[in-house]
Amino acid sequence: MSTHYGIYGGQYVPETLMPVLREIETAYREALADPGFVAEYESLLRDYVGRESPLCPARRLSAALGGADIYLKREDLNHTGAHKVNNVIGQILLAKRMGKTRVIAETGAGMHGVATATVAALMGMPCTVYQGAVDVRRQAPNADRMRALGAEIVAVESGSQTLKDAMNEAIREWVATAENTFYVIGTVAGPAPYPEMVRTFQSVIGRETRRQMLDRCGALPDTVVACVGGGSNAMGMFAAFLDDRDVRLVGVEAGGEGLETGRHAASINGGRPGILHGCRTRLLQTPDGQVLEAYSVSAGLDYPGVGPEHSFLADAGRVTYAVCNDRDAIRAFDALCRYEGIIPALESSHALAEAIRLAPAMPKGSRLVVCLSGRGDKDMGNVADWKARHPDYRFEPLEKGSRHV
Amino acid sequence: MSDRIRNAFAKARRRGRAARIFYMPGGFPDRAASDTLLDILADEGADILELGMPFSDPIADGPVIQAAGQRALAAGATLRSVLEQGRRLRERHPELGLVLFSYANPIYSYGPEALCRDAAAAGFDALLLTDVPHEEEAEFRRPAEAAGLDWIPLVSPATDPDRAALLTAGCTGFVYVITVRGITGERTGLPAGLGERLAALRRVTGLPLAAGFGIADRAAADAVAEHADGYIVGSAAVRAADAGPDALRAFLRGFR
Ligand SMILES: Cc1ncc(COP(=O)(O)O)c(C=O)c1O
Repeated sequence: MSTHYGIYGGQYVPETLMPVLREIETAYREALADPGFVAEYESLLRDYVGRESPLCPARRLSAALGGADIYLKREDLNHTGAHKVNNVIGQILLAKRMGKTRVIAETGAGMHGVATATVAALMGMPCTVYQGAVDVRRQAPNADRMRALGAEIVAVESGSQTLKDAMNEAIREWVATAENTFYVIGTVAGPAPYPEMVRTFQSVIGRETRRQMLDRCGALPDTVVACVGGGSNAMGMFAAFLDDRDVRLVGVEAGGEGLETGRHAASINGGRPGILHGCRTRLLQTPDGQVLEAYSVSAGLDYPGVGPEHSFLADAGRVTYAVCNDRDAIRAFDALCRYEGIIPALESSHALAEAIRLAPAMPKGSRLVVCLSGRGDKDMGNVADWKARHPDYRFEPLEKGSRHV
Repeated sequence: MSDRIRNAFAKARRRGRAARIFYMPGGFPDRAASDTLLDILADEGADILELGMPFSDPIADGPVIQAAGQRALAAGATLRSVLEQGRRLRERHPELGLVLFSYANPIYSYGPEALCRDAAAAGFDALLLTDVPHEEEAEFRRPAEAAGLDWIPLVSPATDPDRAALLTAGCTGFVYVITVRGITGERTGLPAGLGERLAALRRVTGLPLAAGFGIADRAAADAVAEHADGYIVGSAAVRAADAGPDALRAFLRGFR
C-alpha cells in the first residue's frame, strides 16, 4: 500500500495505534477482495440507503443563470440525509468482519455522527460519538437524532470545542480501546489507510454520476464541483473523473468571513503543510506550528485540515480549489430553495455558490455537475441566525448571465 | 550519542535504584514560574528531565497534561522559548539528562534540521516525538542523530517483540516503555504483565528501559523499578507543579 500522496498522508500516530492500523489495512484489503463483502455493502446501499441517488437537472436555476446546464447529484436523498452514510456502512461492515464489538466516531455538523449512530443501530453495535460542545449546541437537532438512535454523545470541552477537538478525543479513546473498538472516521483524513478507505467507500458517488451523465447526455460533464471540509464527498465524486483530463474538477473550501479576516476554514488556500490527526496535509496553523481554530457558518466544513489527497491534487494542479465565504453560501442556499425546491445543507451550498459563479461563463449546452452532499433541515436555525446577524442581506433573484455570487 | 543520558542510568544503577525521569511542559504555568519549577525538578532528584513542547492538539495526553499545555501556550510558550529554557537549565545543571519531548507538528514547522541543530546547541541530549512512529521517523531521526541527539523510541503493549527490535535498532539513549494502552494520566496500581514485557524487551535490546504512563506515586515507581532501569512520572508531577513550588518539592522528595 502507498501510505503517502507525494509529501502528504502517512501515519503520524502514537506507537500503540500502529499495529491497529496494520490490522485494519489487512482486513480492508481482504474485504475488498471478498465478493461476499462487496455484495453486502452494495445491497445495503441499495435497500437501506436508497441508492442510486438521482442526478437531477436544475432547470430553473440553469435557465436563470444562462450558460451551463447544472446537474445535482442528490446525496441529500440518501437515508440520514447526506453522503456520510456511504462510508459508514463500509466501515461498520469492516468492523464487524474484524470482530470489533463497538464503534466510535467524531462529528462536527452531526451528519457523520447521525450516520454512524444509524448504521450502528442497524448492526446492533454500541456507538459513542464525540462532538465538540459548541457543535452539540449549534447542531442540536442532530444531537437529538443521535440520542434517539441509541448512541452515547460525549460533548468535548477541550480546546476550541469543535470538530478538531472531537477528533482528538476520539483518537484518545481509540488508543485505549482499539482491541474491541473500531474508529469510524468521517472523512478522507486521518492516518493511512483511512483516507484511501473512505475514498473507496465514497467513490460510489462519482461512479454513479459518471454513468448517469453518459446515459443522459452521452458525454462526460465539463465541470464537477464539490465542497471540501475534510473532503470525502469531493474525493468520492472526483475519483471517477481524475483520469478524464478534460473534466475540470473544482473543490470549494469554506471562506467563512473572508480569507483576509483569518476567520475561515480554507486549509488549502490559506494553510501550509503540517501534521495533524495522523496525516501530513495542508493545515491552518500559527508560524509556530500550533493548529488554529477554523471558522465557517457551516459546521461540517469547520476543520483546520483537509484530506491529504486533496493537498496533493492541489499541488499537482489536477483539482482547482476555490473559496466561498459565508454570505455567498447563504445566497446559494436561498437560490436552491427558491429555484429548485430543494433545501441544501450549508456545506453543499458552498459548492452551489461556486457553480452559480461558474455556470454563466460556460458555453450554452455545457454540463456542470454539483455534488449536493446533504440536505439542509439541520441548518434552518443556523441560516436564520446568520441572517439575523446580517440585516443588510437580501436575496436578489438571479438574472440571466449575471454574476451574482 | 549523549553521555549524560548514559551516565544518568549508570549513576542510578551504581546506587541500586532506577533512574528518575520527570516530564514537565515548558512555559507552564508561565515563562517565569516555569524556570523555577524546572530548577526544582533538577535539584530534587530528577536524573533526566523530559521538557515538553506544548501542542494545541495533544492526542496522546490525558486531561492534566492537556490543560497544562494549553495554559503554557496561552502564556506564550513557543518552540523557541522552550529551547531557551533548555539552554538556561543546561547552564545551571550540567549533568541533567535533557530530552526535548514534542508532537511532530511544532518540530516539522520549525524545520527538523534547524530544530535538531538548535536543540543540541542549547544543551538537549535527546529528541522524543509521541506521534512519529518508526514508519515516519527518518525525516526527524536522521537530523537528530546528525546533531548528536539520541532518538528515543517508544514501545507500547501493542508492540510485538519483532517490531520492538525494529523500533529500537540503532538507537542510543533509552527505550520509553509505555505501560498501558491509552493516554497519559495518573493511574492506580500497575498493569499486570509489565515485568514479563520488560523481560521480553531485554531479549531484543540492550538499551536501558524506562517505563512511563500512569506512574503517580512512590509505590508505583518502586514496583516499576523492580523490572525497569528507570521510571517516568508525568501527570502526577504536573499536578504537583500546578499546586506551586512547595508542593512540587514535597512531591519530588517522596521519590528520593
Ligand atoms: C452535508 C455535508 N457535506 C459535506 C460535509 C463535509 O465533509 P466532507 O468534506 O468530508 O465531504 C459534511 C460534513 O459534516 C456534510 O454534513
